[in-house]
Amino acid sequence: MSFTLIGKHEKDKRSCRDGYVQAMLELMEADKSVVHVDCDLMGCINTKKLLAAYPDRTINAGIAEANAMGVAAGLTATGKKVWMHSFGCFSSRRAFDQAFMSAAYAKLGVKILGSDPGVCAAYNGGTHMPFEDCALYLSVPDAIVIDPVDYAQVYALTKKLTAVDGRISYMRMIRKGFTTIYADGSDFEIGKGVTLKESADDQATVIASGIMVDEALKAYEALEAEGIQIRVIDMFTWKPIDEELIVKAAKETGAIVTAENHNCTCGLGSAVARVLAEQCPAPVEMVGVHDQFGQVGAQNFLQEAYKLTAEEIIANVKKVIARK
Amino acid sequence: MQKAEKMQALREFAAEIRVETLKTIGSLGFGHVGGSMSIVEAMAVLYGDVMKVDPKNPRWEDRDWCVLSKGHAGPCAYATLALKGFYPLEETRTLNKPSTNFPSHTDRTKTPGVDLTTGSLGQGMSTATGAALGNKIDGRDNHVYVFVGDGECDEGQVWEAAQFAAHYKLDNLTCFVDNNKNQLDGAVDSVMSHGKGIGAKFDAFGWNVIDVADGNDVEQIYDAVHEALTVKGVPTCIVLNTIKGKGATFAEPSAAHSSQPSPEQWEEAIAAAEAELAAVKAAK
Ligand SMILES: Cc1ncc(C[n+]2csc(CCOP(=O)(O)OP(=O)(O)O)c2C)c(N)n1
Repeated sequence: MSFTLIGKHEKDKRSCRDGYVQAMLELMEADKSVVHVDCDLMGCINTKKLLAAYPDRTINAGIAEANAMGVAAGLTATGKKVWMHSFGCFSSRRAFDQAFMSAAYAKLGVKILGSDPGVCAAYNGGTHMPFEDCALYLSVPDAIVIDPVDYAQVYALTKKLTAVDGRISYMRMIRKGFTTIYADGSDFEIGKGVTLKESADDQATVIASGIMVDEALKAYEALEAEGIQIRVIDMFTWKPIDEELIVKAAKETGAIVTAENHNCTCGLGSAVARVLAEQCPAPVEMVGVHDQFGQVGAQNFLQEAYKLTAEEIIANVKKVIARK
Repeated sequence: MQKAEKMQALREFAAEIRVETLKTIGSLGFGHVGGSMSIVEAMAVLYGDVMKVDPKNPRWEDRDWCVLSKGHAGPCAYATLALKGFYPLEETRTLNKPSTNFPSHTDRTKTPGVDLTTGSLGQGMSTATGAALGNKIDGRDNHVYVFVGDGECDEGQVWEAAQFAAHYKLDNLTCFVDNNKNQLDGAVDSVMSHGKGIGAKFDAFGWNVIDVADGNDVEQIYDAVHEALTVKGVPTCIVLNTIKGKGATFAEPSAAHSSQPSPEQWEEAIAAAEAELAAVKAAK
């Protein structure tokens, strides 16, 4: 793992989907067994570029996600390395039985891509807003679950996951604008969290992923100005989760705040809490969606509505420190 | 009322729905224009003539039901229900804004007059089928109408529901297929073709099938719906051959699925729809 932190809260001109498409163009060129299966949503993530370059290995399955997942598993059985894409709500809920049995249980390592995670579904509204997509895949034995944040991370992880054989993976993907955290060329290891901020004086640790990483960095700056040092970890892999890093943070800082664009009762927060409860009990506060459904609106409105903000992280850091 | 008079009234209603649907989506500036425009005439026939509904009592037990399984056409339903008096027109202009009752996809918990919640394609076909069965069990003399997209017909669930509805002889169910020939990634024939045709598939599933040559013509729709109501023992599928984006100047030429035109293009489209409304009225 070698990464360069940018983290200046600046929007990138590119989108995460460009990271996926770029990685796939390179992968498909190098390896004839790499296949992309889409569900009438190529226009949404620009995979028409893959279709133009590799028409025989870029498959539009139409609006039929359950079938697409089964087809992806069958393709995998013939030795292909297959990505299956739909919106996060549909590549999880709509195709879950097929993902579970035809793929995971059968040890056919389909790579599943879910775009527009959580509040990023914005104007498509509550019907399309998955706060439970990762929860479903966290429940699958041996699955890999990833909530990446930006172009560089999506690019790197698309390549890493493509090489994984025999176990399914689910990667969320912010579709449109995102905030740059890492410089291009940064590398990441599946299952290893990234410590972005750390000092000997840390009073608490914020463990975040996806869109919440930038909020965590903003919280870090605001708290530092108040004289409170915190550790910040990008826990982009939710499963297998980096237990060692969580325990180390709990031992060294004594308090944990988790932050996720997902239902925290069955997501990153609960996964971290499980590790702590078993190995190193410490006070935990969770920033995330608390057992609510999605709703329609602009992403910034939704982040306020569900309290997925730096302010909420700051408040919870203070709360958790007080509980030490 | 003479039929000619009735058709005139329905044409006017359709033209009004088109204007108000455009204004509703235009109030936000972007959205699913294509699939909202193609069903305008069918919605006009249903709410302007065929369906028994009570705007003061949206959940009236004996009402007819309408389910947009292609839930992204919500704005067309919102405009239609407003013009029918379910709520003031201005409210539709909160489309997709914070805490609105008018989200992208139709939601029975939010909008008066919306019978079932949709958005995940295919599901409204099953829930409409369940509602038709429920009404039948209760011996009600009412009818359930459901709209599915031709792209939506990719979903296996559409066909599971079709099989169920035929098996249980749900002649109180009518399914409109909005056969506008386009889905999100392009032409239906290029993304996922439908073999011998969607109508032929429904026929094979045991449904009565009526093909409407011009699915944007109120009279042809009216005739088909009334024919469907006479058919007993099987559900009816009405295939509406429509135009995606019909009447929206910025969307019709490209059959765009969702659109975000410039403010000038919005003005032009709304002006064109208003001119069309005036022309229809003048033809009286
Ligand atoms: C299960 C599911 N998969 C994907 C989508 C995303 N989606 C919304 S509309 C659409 C295309 C629909 O095409 P069609 O049914 O032909 O609708 P129309 O052209 O009438 O608008 C897609 C893929 C969805 N809403 N639900």
